[in-house]
Amino acid sequence: MTSVAPQGLPAVFQQSTIDYLAILPLLIVFGVAIVGVLVEAFVPRDRRHMVQAGLAVVGLLAAFVAVIVAAKHQGLTMGITDGASDRRLFALAIDGPALFMQGTILLLGVLGVLTMAERLGGVGPDAFTPSGASTPGSPFETNASRAGALTSEVFPLTMFAIFGMILFPTTNDLIGMFVALEVLSLPLYILSGLARRRRLLSQEASLKYFLLGAFSSAFFLFGSALLYGYSGSFVLGDISKAISTGPIEMNGLLVPGAFLVFVGLLFKVAAVPFHAWTPDVYQGAPTPVTGFMAACTKAAAFGAILRLAYVGLDTGRWEWTNALVVIALLTMVVGSVLSVTQTDMKRLLAYSSIAHAGFVLVGVLAFDSKGVGAVLFYVATYGFAIIAAFAIISLVRQNGGEATHLSQWAGLGKRYPLVAGAFAFLMLAFAGIPATSGFMAKFAVFSAAVGTGGATGTVLVVVGVLCSAITVFVYARVIVLMYFGDPPGDTGDAANAVEVVVPSVTTTFSIAIGTVITLALGVVPSALLDLADRASQFVR
Amino acid sequence: MNEPYVPVLFMLGLGFVFAAGSVGTSLVVGPKRYNRAKLEAYECGIQPSPQASGGGRVPIKYYLTAMLFIIFDVESIFLYPFAVAFNQLGLFALIEMVLFVLTVFVAYAYVWRRGGLDWA
Repeated sequence: MTSVAPQGLPAVFQQSTIDYLAILPLLIVFGVAIVGVLVEAFVPRDRRHMVQAGLAVVGLLAAFVAVIVAAKHQGLTMGITDGASDRRLFALAIDGPALFMQGTILLLGVLGVLTMAERLGGVGPDAFTPSGASTPGSPFETNASRAGALTSEVFPLTMFAIFGMILFPTTNDLIGMFVALEVLSLPLYILSGLARRRRLLSQEASLKYFLLGAFSSAFFLFGSALLYGYSGSFVLGDISKAISTGPIEMNGLLVPGAFLVFVGLLFKVAAVPFHAWTPDVYQGAPTPVTGFMAACTKAAAFGAILRLAYVGLDTGRWEWTNALVVIALLTMVVGSVLSVTQTDMKRLLAYSSIAHAGFVLVGVLAFDSKGVGAVLFYVATYGFAIIAAFAIISLVRQNGGEATHLSQWAGLGKRYPLVAGAFAFLMLAFAGIPATSGFMAKFAVFSAAVGTGGATGTVLVVVGVLCSAITVFVYARVIVLMYFGDPPGDTGDAANAVEVVVPSVTTTFSIAIGTVITLALGVVPSALLDLADRASQFVR
Repeated sequence: MNEPYVPVLFMLGLGFVFAAGSVGTSLVVGPKRYNRAKLEAYECGIQPSPQASGGGRVPIKYYLTAMLFIIFDVESIFLYPFAVAFNQLGLFALIEMVLFVLTVFVAYAYVWRRGGLDWA
């Protein structure tokens, strides 16, 4: 059969090579998400919650095992080597940083799913509403549940988000990066709006997150188009090559393109000045979702930022480094200073997460493999601590609803020493006190920046240490409040007292694991630090 | 004649002529009987502007259907390039395409089972 190629198409198609074992984690998570949708459609209602939660956890653990398998199949995959122009057009890069981020996100995802599955004795997940228009416990809500409105959709949504997150640090071209960005964002927009209590705040948060997220995605797209105009390729390695072989006619497109693409990514990690959504969304979203988002989105987005900065735009570094240095400085300072003034626990941790994003950016700006290892380590340690912290926040309640105002936490340490102790320990980790993982993470990031960052690195580290000192005050205030403050309205009114509800085994497990890992990585960090160091080489 | 964009320019001009011609002809030839419904903005499915009597709400069913339509709309867009290059792409692309269509049908099964297709 003679086949005539239509105009504009190559006569012979070169089939892309795909190493299925290398992309096995992605396939497993996506497959489980699809099966989750089918479960939602066909499994009887009363069994759906258990099936969905079990499926999600088993799927994530299987994907984690697959990451270990994929570690033996590192390299570029899903693409072709163009013989004529000697270009390597591959969509995915399975390398150390990608695999480390994938493993981190999958384990954090397990803890996140376990926290979301908390029912507190109810029929569905306690944090999520079956009907956004009705108040919790009202007959309307009961009617909606009876009519089939359930909340077990959160599990497939979370799995789709995790699929986007483990794809994000793996993508080797701008198109793939954009797709991953959207796949991880869209489920998060929905999840943020599903809170059962303070629904309006949650729905507002969801809308804000969606609008600003769509805006930043547009920035990313525009930047990708400009970089394509500059280099003639979406593949990161090609862009890097074009920059080093330049100057070419389209020279003016490089700098705006690079900036716009960075804006899209820095929005996701909540770097100043692209942080405005963070406090509102962290406060409004259901608390388990906030924890999941804070831990996993950050890991995924920093994975993508690392790849863009070290593989795609590395040869044009002098063009954008200074801007990124300013952003890192602003992020650290604004995050730390504004966290001092917060009176809501979730907003406080939101500003703290902004400050942490600044500290991680210091590691990104070290521009060597030591910096990459430090960033990987930092993101992992922060993820475990923040997921446990938000899980604890979801347990402190007054009249059934979460008590997130700082004044409501006063005196908590006297009545609930174990929970308050765990929370205080996590606070110390955020502050970067020795014997916690936070200290090792900050130490790794700052020493990498001093080692290779030159004068700018030193400035960044000095500001970083000062900002850490500011945040120590914030976290210390919470601890003092819990242990030395008087409980609010201490009039013996038991019904209105702030209490810590007793969670099921799933939430207990994720709090315990998060806290224990935070302690363990503070005392014996060398195993994970070594792993992060060995995983710090990008394939190109 | 070796300028490749000349046909595109002709096509563009033809489009303009056709659009202007249709509107102009209907202006000249068409009957002019005005009533209230005719003067409202054209919008299918829902009232063009929310009525105060209903609390300013619009029925959500319309959006469900529209969303479902868009999903299949987008699916068919992806089918076109596949169909054009089907001969060269071979079995691999066929399997990929079947997987893609199956994935979309999972969403369809979900909508069907959860009552997204019931208009009442």
